[in-house]
Amino acid sequence: MNSDNTATAIAPEATIAATNAVTQWRGRDTLGVYWREVRFQFIGMLRSPGFALPTLLFPSMFYLFFGVLFSHGAQQATYRLATYSTFGVIGPALFGFGVGIAVEREKGILALKRVFPLPVGAYFCARIGMAMLFALLIVLILSLLGITLGGVSLAFGAWLGMTALLVAGALPFCALGLVIGLSVGGQAAPAIINLVYLPMSFLSGLWVPLQYMPHFLQQFAVSLPAYHFCQLVLAVIGQGNDGSNAVHVAYLAVFTAVCLLIAARAWRRIQDR
Amino acid sequence: MNIHCDVVAELDNVTKRYGAVTAVDNLNLEIRAGEILSLLGPNGAGKTTSINLLLGLVQPSAGSATLFGLPPSDLNARRRIGAMLQSSVLESHVRVAECVAQYAGYYPQPMSVITALRHAGIEDLAKRSVTKLSGGQKQRLMFALALCGNPPLLFLDEPTAGLDVEARRALWTALRTLAADGRTIVLTTHYLEEADALADRIAVMNRGRVVAEGTPTEIKSRVALRRIRCVTELDGNIIAALPDVHSVQADGSRLEIATARPEQVLRELLWQDPSLSELEVSGARLEDAFLELTREEEKAA
Repeated sequence: MNSDNTATAIAPEATIAATNAVTQWRGRDTLGVYWREVRFQFIGMLRSPGFALPTLLFPSMFYLFFGVLFSHGAQQATYRLATYSTFGVIGPALFGFGVGIAVEREKGILALKRVFPLPVGAYFCARIGMAMLFALLIVLILSLLGITLGGVSLAFGAWLGMTALLVAGALPFCALGLVIGLSVGGQAAPAIINLVYLPMSFLSGLWVPLQYMPHFLQQFAVSLPAYHFCQLVLAVIGQGNDGSNAVHVAYLAVFTAVCLLIAARAWRRIQDR
Repeated sequence: MNIHCDVVAELDNVTKRYGAVTAVDNLNLEIRAGEILSLLGPNGAGKTTSINLLLGLVQPSAGSATLFGLPPSDLNARRRIGAMLQSSVLESHVRVAECVAQYAGYYPQPMSVITALRHAGIEDLAKRSVTKLSGGQKQRLMFALALCGNPPLLFLDEPTAGLDVEARRALWTALRTLAADGRTIVLTTHYLEEADALADRIAVMNRGRVVAEGTPTEIKSRVALRRIRCVTELDGNIIAALPDVHSVQADGSRLEIATARPEQVLRELLWQDPSLSELEVSGARLEDAFLELTREEEKAA
């Protein structure tokens, strides 16, 4: 670059707000930062083929094959809309937090964000928001497939309830992803998350209904968060579920709290370096 | 002007230990408003740790770090600084201009995106995806991010590492422009040339301490050692006793003599040993200069 030109081109605008920058920072500005951070995170992930393709494509493909093409009738397509949506929603939550934070930690981006005047809450909210937006996209895609090709018919209220629950249900898995993302390296994170995500999805009956599984696996499912999440989603659309909803909610709340506690300790270790 | 006496950031008796390693050893460092301060030193001298302490990325084992009188973690302090970290590698599928706009948005009164890109010399890359940038381009994007918030205080940890000569010169020019606006800039480097070209004040660091501090001219005069290499019959100990000789080392059949006044020493050597041969005089390596400064400090202590 030609230094002289640059200097003159820049000069007029470059006067600093320096000394008077003890500046007026209002609550409204903070809200703006939170919102922009969510959008930034979402756009970055949506354009990242390594993230967007598997998280959007796999659940859609699975549902298309096992929920629509190879299913027997609309009832099964409806049941599997709930289970495959649950499967889909968990993906971006686990990967967004787990891989995302592990990589940003390793590449020094987390350090950079800690230096910039970004409220730490905004950093984490952005990832939650991103996971929820992806959750919403997944529910919309699967619903579209189910309604147009699978003959799914749901009352609008029930569908809305299911969608809201699926989006909110990303939270416990964000917390689990956070624990992984703060604990393991960027290279190991994808493998570890797949090792958690795929077996948990299968064993919670998200791919194949639990009643087709051996008894001991059905009993084991009760210890998995994805099982409880899925049972709640099934309940909302009136697809006969197991156990009590209060127990499912309580399980997920405790699970989230425990994950957040572990994550908070890992976070403090990073900060107190 | 009394504004130049204002201390904008400070390390006060700070020690930072990692296990058995002391990265920063009882360091006092004041950064004064409007100055360009360069932390100069070899790898492992504690430059990056000092910066990270001031940025709040690492916590002192003892002592305290402050930014504008506040703890470095305070958002109100961080809204007045920008930083370029040595270890950060940007990986994102957003475009360069989007990235700068995002970081600028964290600040109350940022500069425009195009201005920041121009300072960094990457205005032509505005629409490029960050993942598609080369290492040097990413480095310049990091520079744009550091200054996009229009902060009065900039921390740049080895800002020119990995840049080619042309890009390095351009960045120097940009830094001078930014400093001319009254910004305070702290930069680390292990090139004396770079510190000399930019800084108002240089703090030479070694082993976690500041071993010398002063204007570039003062520092240069202290590290202006020359090396005389030659084959001579004279005894090393006798040469070491000559005035102005800093050190003498055997290097194979040759002797290597470090001195700030090579002319005087040579005159004496040639007088005493007419058979002296294979004579060579060269500038001392910066590492020698650092070692020399450290030795001086240890002698003084």
